[in-house]
Amino acid sequence: MRMGETHCQADWRAIVSRVAGVLVLLAGVLLAAGLCTASPRDNPVPSIFEPHSTPAESIRHLSYFVLAVTGVIFLVVFSLLGYVVVKFRSRVADREREPAQVYGSTQIELAWTIIPILIVVVLFLATARVIHAIQDAPKPAGAVEITAIGHQFWWEFRYPALGVVTANELHVPVSDSSHPTPTFLKLLSADTDHSFWIPQLAGKTDLIPNRVNETWLDPHETGLFLGQCAQYCGTQHAKMLLRVYVDSPEDFNAWVRAQQQPANEDAKEAVGRRVFERTACLNCHAINGTNGAGRFGPDLTHLMSRRTIASGAAENNSQNLRLWIQNPDSIKPGSLMPAMKLSDAELDALMRYLETLQ
Amino acid sequence: MSSDAIAIQTAEAAGRPWVETLHEWVTTVDHKRLGVLYILYALFFLVIGGIEATIMRIQLMHPHNDFVSPQVFNRMFTMHGTTMIFFVAMPIMFGFANYLVPLMIGARDMAFPRLNAFSFWLTAFGGLLLYFSFLGGSGLYGAGNAPDVGWWAYAPLASRAFSPGHSSDYWTIALLASGFGSIGTAINIIATIISMRCPGMKLSRMPLLAWLNLVMSGMVLLAITPLSAAQLMLLVDRYLGGHFFDTQAGGSATLWMHFFWIFGHPEVYVLIIPCFAFASEIIPVFSRKPIFGYPVMVGATVCIAFVSMSVWAHHMFTIGMNSYANSFFTITTMAVGVPTGIKIFNWLGTMWGGKIQFRTPMLFCIGFLFQFLIAGLTGIMLASSPFDWQLGGSYFVVAHFHYVIVGGILFALFGAFYYWYPKITGRMLHEGLGKLHFWLFLIGFHLTFDLMHIPGLLGMPRRIYTYEPGRGWDTLNFLVTVGAFVQGIATLVFVLNLVISYFKGAKAGNDPWDAWTLEWSVSSPPPDYNFASIPAVSSRRPLWDLKHPEDPDSRYE
Repeated sequence: MRMGETHCQADWRAIVSRVAGVLVLLAGVLLAAGLCTASPRDNPVPSIFEPHSTPAESIRHLSYFVLAVTGVIFLVVFSLLGYVVVKFRSRVADREREPAQVYGSTQIELAWTIIPILIVVVLFLATARVIHAIQDAPKPAGAVEITAIGHQFWWEFRYPALGVVTANELHVPVSDSSHPTPTFLKLLSADTDHSFWIPQLAGKTDLIPNRVNETWLDPHETGLFLGQCAQYCGTQHAKMLLRVYVDSPEDFNAWVRAQQQPANEDAKEAVGRRVFERTACLNCHAINGTNGAGRFGPDLTHLMSRRTIASGAAENNSQNLRLWIQNPDSIKPGSLMPAMKLSDAELDALMRYLETLQ
Repeated sequence: MSSDAIAIQTAEAAGRPWVETLHEWVTTVDHKRLGVLYILYALFFLVIGGIEATIMRIQLMHPHNDFVSPQVFNRMFTMHGTTMIFFVAMPIMFGFANYLVPLMIGARDMAFPRLNAFSFWLTAFGGLLLYFSFLGGSGLYGAGNAPDVGWWAYAPLASRAFSPGHSSDYWTIALLASGFGSIGTAINIIATIISMRCPGMKLSRMPLLAWLNLVMSGMVLLAITPLSAAQLMLLVDRYLGGHFFDTQAGGSATLWMHFFWIFGHPEVYVLIIPCFAFASEIIPVFSRKPIFGYPVMVGATVCIAFVSMSVWAHHMFTIGMNSYANSFFTITTMAVGVPTGIKIFNWLGTMWGGKIQFRTPMLFCIGFLFQFLIAGLTGIMLASSPFDWQLGGSYFVVAHFHYVIVGGILFALFGAFYYWYPKITGRMLHEGLGKLHFWLFLIGFHLTFDLMHIPGLLGMPRRIYTYEPGRGWDTLNFLVTVGAFVQGIATLVFVLNLVISYFKGAKAGNDPWDAWTLEWSVSSPPPDYNFASIPAVSSRRPLWDLKHPEDPDSRYE
């Protein structure tokens, strides 16, 4: 019986030390994650706790409140559990006698029913306020309107009022609280379900075929913000990445003006252009001023103004672009772009042409 | 409460060859054998599903890893989810219910023994059909083999336009078949509990395990039917030119989501309620006290069942419902927390003032309590719909539901294994190996699933076969994978314990835990038809009354 006693004590000590260890580890990791996000301009870590846009900031406020309430509940119940496990462990001295048989207590049951109901009501009211603030926000006059269309496995962005069409890299103006220029996005899908998520700018909203959804951003800082498709959409869901450039008003206007230009029609690159027009490229891709008007793949009119290709899967440089055209599977296996099987001469000419599409 | 057996000539008794023993097991309609078959079948698929999880974790160990192709990875998470829910968790719950319910209510078998066998084999067929897809799934050139549309098979990804070949058909028909099996068993459990209780066992005297399985079975009827209907509609879409979910022809993708989640959410409770039942049997015995607030425990369970039928769209907070719908599903979801909290408090109330014995079943139940508390609290975070717009679809939600399913359901299940294994086999599981299993699994579990929340907070979506370096996800994912291996090793210890103890374990005797419910009044393993003479009870703890004639429960009820 003596053995049994020490065994029981070892158990509860181990429970306590294990739990403490896990908590310390968690705190350390959270701290490390926080430190990683220190740089303000480039935002490599898309942490939901580093928001730079009104809807994401409201969510952070709400999440702090919810975390605080649930944290207190955790501490209370966990302490109770710890206390019970330590205090009421079986001891040697009176092992033979059964403890008092208690069947329940109506008052206690009532207490631990009513208190949680009150907590739920408070949490609900706090939540409903944020739901309303985000979902029913009025659209101010200065808002930029964009239509985002999800495709397997890339993003199409159209600015109907500005006549701009681009892909995968969204440019929006920074919004000043004295002169707000939030961005309102109409979300559509060309094929399966997708989800638009840039954690630092807004929560996610799905793009669903045969349905129109909306979301909005109101960024307060310039810089690059990362996100990616958050609803499983097929083989290459993982590489349906999303980049949002929040530009100063001047930069944004300059970008819009550049995007509004027709495609470069330099006669020197007529050979490469003919390759584009005579092969299957134009079934899926559009280039302004050519006879290519496909919408199955990204618009290439200003291809070289984008920093990445393949929906963010690779940097946009001539080596990657060549590889992408000849063998898309080497960058993004399962993408819907076919290998073009061009001759070296055709590929060289096409590359020279594409590289003029600034 | 006679422990005499009804004399039945069995194959083993006669020493006949193993083929005849096998034949007896295949054709059996005995609730205990079917229970064991369900459990063994589920354990087999638990190992398969675990291997699939390990493959995913190896792939995600480093950014841009190429251990498996995206196509294979997508099959792995689809098969892992489908397997674990439909072919591990559901059958194992039915297995324990099958084995224990008749014993605990003093019945000789289930109400419909042949329906019982039919349901098991239908479920078994479903699982085998799903896995046959690896061989027979490819229908069209270039189409994959096993299903790869995720375990929700969202429309229109599962339509023929996006999922050519037959992989999605295997998924659909496997779930349809096992769904009918589940409905059959649920009907059987309800009928058994309603009509086969022994004399004196009023509903208010039933062990909580029977009560909770009654509620669970009622939920199965309500939850599986819409799923089966949706599967039929999907088949009509795929082969008969229907347009239910065909968005190109005016169908609705969100309709599928509603059908799926009105099954999917109650399903979580279908799985966790039997685990509440295990905890409600094990915690009292090892605290040496009756369950605290029995009527409240029953009421809270029924309440959970009702409320959980109106929370399904919290899986759909991101699909662009209006603010009223989002508010409605926020409050209903948070409301489930109230009866669930009541249950946790009642278990604590049961332990309060007791003499807690830290045997392996109790250790797993304490682990269950601790982890289920955290899982419930992260559930509250996800219920707050704006917070969900950030957390939903990310690794946070993956960590959350694994906290429920592994930290809650699996821990309680392990507790149930250690507790009832002596009854089922007649031998005790080895206590030392059991404790090793518990501590290893606990460490592995927390390493994996505590850390897994954080990549979600840092913007990592689920169901991606690889990820970009430099987003703060790398180290965390590596540690998560290490934890998965620790859990794998712990599971091997468990399987080893099951096998070794079957041959070498200490003899259990009728009542190794000094427990109070009827299954402990018969021999271990119980004789055919359980009770030579049907017992009569006069309280919730008939064996307590028997052991303490000076102070029986019947005096207070």
